[in-house]
Amino acid sequence: MTVITEVPSPFCGVGTDDLTVQVDGVAIKVTANGCVVNTPAFEQALGDANPRIAAKVVSLQEAVSKAASLLAQTKQPVIGGCATDVNGMRGLLSLADHTGAVVDNMGFNAARNNFLTLQDSGWMNTTLAEVKNRCDLLVVVGTDLETLVPRFFERYLWNEAMFLEDSKQRQVIYLGKAPSGNASTSPDGQKAQVLASDDGALPEVVGVLRALVKGQPIRAEQAGGIAVADLQSIADKLLAAKYGVVTWGAGALGINNHAELIVQTVSEMIKDINDKGTRCSGLPLAGKDGDLTANQVCGWTTGYPARVRFSKGYPEYDPYLYDTVAMISNGEADVLLWVQAFNVNAKPPVYDIPTIVVGRCGMLFDKEPDVFIPVGTPGIDHVGHAYRTDNVVAIRLKKLRDVGLPSTAEVLSAIELALQGASA
Amino acid sequence: MIIKLTGGKVYDPASGMAGIIQDLYIKDGKIIADPIDRGGDQPVDKEYDCRGKVIMSGAIDMHTHIGGGKGNIARTMLPEDHRKDPVARTDITRSGNGHAMPSTYVTGYRYAEMGYTAGFEPAVLPINARQAHMEMADIPILDKGGYVMLGSDDYFLRMLTAKKDQKAINDYVAWTIHSAKAIGVKVVNPGGINAFKFNQRKLDLDEQNSHYGVTPREILRVLATAVKEIGIKHPLHVHGCNLGVPGNMQTTLDTIQGIGGLPMHLTHIQFHSYGTEGDLKFSSGAAQIAEAVNKNKNITIDVGQILFGQTVTASGDNMRQHANHKYASPNKWVCMDIECDAGCGVVPFKYKDQNFVNALQWAIGLETFLLVDDPWRIFLTTDHPNGAPFTSYPHLIRLLMDRSFRNEVLATIHPQAQLMTTLGSITREYTLDEIAIMTRAGAAKLIGLKDRGGLAPGYFADITVYTDNANREAMFTKPDYVFKDGELVVVDGKVVHTKWGTTHIAKPDYDPSVEKDLQAYFDKYLTMKLGNFKISDDEITEDGRGSLSVHPLAEKSS
Repeated sequence: MTVITEVPSPFCGVGTDDLTVQVDGVAIKVTANGCVVNTPAFEQALGDANPRIAAKVVSLQEAVSKAASLLAQTKQPVIGGCATDVNGMRGLLSLADHTGAVVDNMGFNAARNNFLTLQDSGWMNTTLAEVKNRCDLLVVVGTDLETLVPRFFERYLWNEAMFLEDSKQRQVIYLGKAPSGNASTSPDGQKAQVLASDDGALPEVVGVLRALVKGQPIRAEQAGGIAVADLQSIADKLLAAKYGVVTWGAGALGINNHAELIVQTVSEMIKDINDKGTRCSGLPLAGKDGDLTANQVCGWTTGYPARVRFSKGYPEYDPYLYDTVAMISNGEADVLLWVQAFNVNAKPPVYDIPTIVVGRCGMLFDKEPDVFIPVGTPGIDHVGHAYRTDNVVAIRLKKLRDVGLPSTAEVLSAIELALQGASA
Repeated sequence: MIIKLTGGKVYDPASGMAGIIQDLYIKDGKIIADPIDRGGDQPVDKEYDCRGKVIMSGAIDMHTHIGGGKGNIARTMLPEDHRKDPVARTDITRSGNGHAMPSTYVTGYRYAEMGYTAGFEPAVLPINARQAHMEMADIPILDKGGYVMLGSDDYFLRMLTAKKDQKAINDYVAWTIHSAKAIGVKVVNPGGINAFKFNQRKLDLDEQNSHYGVTPREILRVLATAVKEIGIKHPLHVHGCNLGVPGNMQTTLDTIQGIGGLPMHLTHIQFHSYGTEGDLKFSSGAAQIAEAVNKNKNITIDVGQILFGQTVTASGDNMRQHANHKYASPNKWVCMDIECDAGCGVVPFKYKDQNFVNALQWAIGLETFLLVDDPWRIFLTTDHPNGAPFTSYPHLIRLLMDRSFRNEVLATIHPQAQLMTTLGSITREYTLDEIAIMTRAGAAKLIGLKDRGGLAPGYFADITVYTDNANREAMFTKPDYVFKDGELVVVDGKVVHTKWGTTHIAKPDYDPSVEKDLQAYFDKYLTMKLGNFKISDDEITEDGRGSLSVHPLAEKSS
């Protein structure tokens, strides 16, 4: 049995790297600094490490050959999931380039709310250490922060800050969704201010807030069930703060059609505040199932985030058309390769087209795929790199145990090699 | 296997050869002496007839934004720019997209197709260094490396406020170079990125950071001293104060004076050479800047030439990028504060020849090139992609080498700008030897590369063969052959074979006890453990493609 400290997590989005784990054979136990997101993800039982073709155990080589032959016969493959480490994404994009596939990260519909804003008007954002040391006002928009990132407050708000005399005096405001617990209550008992509204009313709420920040007169007395006077007080606080931070989870806003307009309104409001004499920054929260890693690697490899197709021989980007589910439902794809090295519960959508799964060992299926190749988990079974929520810091993932599982990169490269052999 | 390049006209400033006809021999990736002369009996396996052709070593871009987060923000932000320039996959090359901020694979191919074999990312944030290296690891053919950014990080500014001695600073700087796997040190808007976080919107050379009470002048002195004392050959790489501000010529002159003779490289100096004369209060300071550079031998510069068209500016200088966001074209932009470490700003720009300011910026850059005497101390850059994409280098070379072409273009720009520049009266034309100095031997010397940028035996065989052509743009666009580490990678301006370059680094000594304070600081204030922050060698090499090349330090000066 070995104990490993300072273990970074690819699961929680904020790149927590202070976990202590105990490794006993194949079993992993988080013994310090776990949380409801990280602990189960690390402690997930290993499961059956054998590759399968149509539910029958085969060798890795046979499974790779079968996957290659399915891909060789295809007219339009789709690579979905795209949840892996940097090297896994490198292998995935190389295979996609080779086969003319669509590449679509499973979190893209959520991430799209941010990308459309970035690509239309941009933003002013910050990162976690700046929040930790500078943030004197945190406004959480439409998101239950502590469910998404259980340790956010403990790690980034209720600690000593370089530039605040008393970090317990930081103000927290929830706009839209109310928090599900008390993590946002400061150590000296100060509760977050909550201005709740229906999720569907959020566009109206942020629209009015931005108008107030800009000093526009508002005739209505309430917006989305929130008194305009209360919104005015938030606007005033944002303009009075030295380093306000506005955070949101793009996925949490999805009940609204075109939720990118919420992100855009908030981001433009932040720019307005910076033009009105003080500092303010956004902090988009993401980082689940390798979404940021997929978008980063796809970004530098193709110029676009991870919803691209290679069928014309070069990458093309469309934030709507190349949606895995839409393509398969519309009969536009004829084979699905599902890559998911982090999460046994993120299973492929079930369709009648041939399905290959390169998935975290232990994944169980509603419908047995044509080919299943279990792979190791980055940060548990092999070293790797993953991005955390602020999109700036890539964490170095450790290898905690050796159970002989191949990495995503190794499997996808082997499939590409088998395809080259087939075409030679 | 021995390769022979026969009868080419060799321009190798590193060994003093300017247009001498000489055969070159390659073996095991390196240049060797004539094997027959040496009494050897190994036959030449492959011979390339280079008679009538011009041979230089592979070009080295000493300042190009090819790796790191701000570049990926720029890529992601501009899908419309990529759509105009798709690059299809071939049997030997990967697909991607080009123009202003090309994808990594396309970056490697297009540099190689112009005869470049190395590029150096000048703005590696310590906290983002992993990303810089991962992106550069996906740039084929080229060698690469980076200068790590310091000067706005809170740890350093706290040291200055606490009056830590120079040795402590030196240890921190050396430790950071190790941790980030860098070969040099850069400072961007010294202390200004940090001041922006405290809501300061400008910071002059002698203006104090409102929190720390230190000035850019002090930061520059301390960092330039550290770089020299720890033996880093590349002088402190400085993106000065007041980028883009009319009148900043004086700031730049003061910066040169203020460094007190220490080695200093002033980057993209075009953006820092503006006066305030004329009706529009914007004029060229190139003559004064060039005079100061000519006089102060401790100073080197690269130009950061702008060329007309769409591009995107990606900089660590979020203070100045924020101030310039109103010029964003198209109107979208990003600014970020980053990890108590630094920041970045990404603003798309469209430089227009009929815009007075842009037209004069173009002329100021060219004036600078032509008025600085010593080609060993000036380097050819557009600050890719900030002044223009690197693919415009052949056009820039023609502007430098061909006065009549230069004057033809000059006659087409904004008329007011024509009146405000002396460019038309400057007769100088760069020679091939001078181009080879700026883009090869000089660059290698400046960065401290021991075995690149030259063609003498012992150098790596990074070689470019051009057909001599009076149209220098055509000549430098399409080399006949490019060899990287002795392997033929480009024929007639097209990639025919790919390989992976190495990562150039330096490893200055430091006192390991530097980690004691750092560890406490990381645990208390940062969001990552110290041990997880440092980049290990295997992160570069474990995929079997990357490698590290460590370059020697300068002799200890004190």
